[in-house]
Amino acid sequence: MDKTVNQKAWFLVLPVFLVVAFSAVLPLMTVVNYSMQDTFGNNQFFWNGVGWFKELLDPSTDLGGRFLASLGRNLFFSMVILAIQVPLGIVIALSMPRQGWTVAACLVILALPLLIPWNVVGTIWQIFGRPDIGLMGYVLNHIGFDYNYVSNDVDAWVTVIVMDVWHWTSLVALLCYAGLKSIPEAYYQAAQIDGASRWAVFKAIQLPKMNRVLLIAVLLRFMDSFMIYTEPFVLTGGGPGNSTTFVSIELVKIALGQFDLGKAAALSLVYNLIILIVCWIFYTVMTNAGVERKAQAEKEPAVEPKLAGALQPAPALKPKEGVA
Amino acid sequence: MARIDLVDLAHSYGGNDAPQESFALKPVTMTWRQGGAYALLGPSGCGKTTLLNVISGIITPSRGKILFDGKDITPLSTQKRNIAQVFQFPVIYDTMTVGQNLAFPLKNRGVPKAEIDKRVAEIGRLLDLEPYLNRKATRLTADAKQKISLGRGLVRSDVAAVLFDEPLTVIDPELKWQLRSKLKALHRELDLTMIYVTHDQTEALTFADTVVVMHDGRVVQSGTPAELFDKPAHTFVGYFIGSPGMNILPAEVKGREARIGGHLIALNRSYDHLPAGAKIEIGVRPEFVDAVAPAPGLLTAKVERIDDLGRIRFARVRVGEAKLAARAPAGFTSADGTAGLKFDPAHVHVYADSLLVEGAA
Repeated sequence: MDKTVNQKAWFLVLPVFLVVAFSAVLPLMTVVNYSMQDTFGNNQFFWNGVGWFKELLDPSTDLGGRFLASLGRNLFFSMVILAIQVPLGIVIALSMPRQGWTVAACLVILALPLLIPWNVVGTIWQIFGRPDIGLMGYVLNHIGFDYNYVSNDVDAWVTVIVMDVWHWTSLVALLCYAGLKSIPEAYYQAAQIDGASRWAVFKAIQLPKMNRVLLIAVLLRFMDSFMIYTEPFVLTGGGPGNSTTFVSIELVKIALGQFDLGKAAALSLVYNLIILIVCWIFYTVMTNAGVERKAQAEKEPAVEPKLAGALQPAPALKPKEGVA
Repeated sequence: MARIDLVDLAHSYGGNDAPQESFALKPVTMTWRQGGAYALLGPSGCGKTTLLNVISGIITPSRGKILFDGKDITPLSTQKRNIAQVFQFPVIYDTMTVGQNLAFPLKNRGVPKAEIDKRVAEIGRLLDLEPYLNRKATRLTADAKQKISLGRGLVRSDVAAVLFDEPLTVIDPELKWQLRSKLKALHRELDLTMIYVTHDQTEALTFADTVVVMHDGRVVQSGTPAELFDKPAHTFVGYFIGSPGMNILPAEVKGREARIGGHLIALNRSYDHLPAGAKIEIGVRPEFVDAVAPAPGLLTAKVERIDDLGRIRFARVRVGEAKLAARAPAGFTSADGTAGLKFDPAHVHVYADSLLVEGAA
């Protein structure tokens, strides 16, 4: 087939190209540029090569120490968040009603925390946890817990984690609920006939049918918790000491607090790279799952096309895959 | 294995207070013999699946009782009833192998491992699933998946009954025949009570020794295929069973004669006590009406077309407003578009308000 040559098409592409260039490529290249140089202000720059990157990955230096410590805290935080929110989200989704007006009520209540701006969430918990005037802080101290998130590391961590669980578990629950809703009633009836216990139903039907949405939930929650900034910044400001300083908070401290543009640029590039790699891993896993299913469908063409007629009423009842 | 009795059983999705006419399942009392092969036949929406789900316990009936071997099990949950059911669309457990799928109902009931292995191997052999037993069930075709569902229904040897809810819908026609014969063979081999729901009369008549016909929430007749064919208890049965269905004609019946628009048809029996005010009809299967050349003494009909079914030809004719089908003997052609209808008196039935009336000899 002959292609129509029409150079005017460039005019259609150009605006997008410009927008992307100014919004993504240019800032990113500026950061790359900064990461190779040092500055003492006054718009004077000195070439530093890969010096900052070397320092960043060497725990014996100040920059490397701070980066790796915050990275460790961040990874630990993400693990804890996933370990709590995923099972909790599943449990909530399982215990939600399937029909009636209570469904709408549950959905609204679950969606509420998701709608609150992040800095407001931080502020809510900051006040909620204050030992002098906060409801939770005051009550805890009153009944004998020596709770103070400003001075105690563990208290600060617990507060940050509880805050994130409060804010984001709904997301996991809603995704799981969507997965559960797509399971045809016949599966539950068959399980009843087969004498399956509640646990067996969960293991044999609900969990396998939810695995796609769970993958999405894990991905979203990992990314979000790995990039967390606003809520802990408002709540603890990274303290006490550096105990709740996550990578993003450290980054802002270096870039805006100390105005070390080179160090901050190097750090943000590495940070970005980590996130990209994790994204890529998840993307590969998820698309592989899709490819597998496709290959499997192609393996049975001898039967499927013939069934097309007979299957006509079936699609509504066929097990739907996740929301992806 | 058990005898199943339904006692005045009825179900309404709108609750017990709904008017009886709206009941999905109108009161029925009947007995399912132990070891029988039953088909529950009727059009979509006639209540057959409701009846099945009531027996299996997925639905709790609005009223009435279900007895297994004389024991009332109405309040028991599905798990506690000893029943197996196979659904219209294949249900398989994705994460399990075919063998584990088959073993699932036994495992849940704490059957010893050796016994499970034996049963799974047996069912796998009977359903030709042996080569797949160790494969993941998700990777199989729709046919194989439905076989697994059937297998899970059949794997328990102690069930009161195995219920099939149109299980062959997703199977393509060639395999349908095979699987149906297989089920029939399994019925003989395993000595289980089987109840098979379908809207396909061929399926029902080939599978079952007793066919239960349902219409509009009511069981209208239960009998052998021959009984349903020869003596439909309800005009619906006559119409629904057989292809083409029974001819139903409004008529005036008196003694041994039926009068249709001034023409008299002889009857084999005498009907002197027909209920007053009832709608009287006669029913006769197309196989017992011959379309011949018009002659005096024969009911004259207009021939619309002749269907050639290969072994047999049926003339589609019209008498007044009523449309009829009649056997067209070899060589029959209609020169002027009319034909005379010759009825076989032995097979003309009389219906009052759609119900068969037994005449006196």
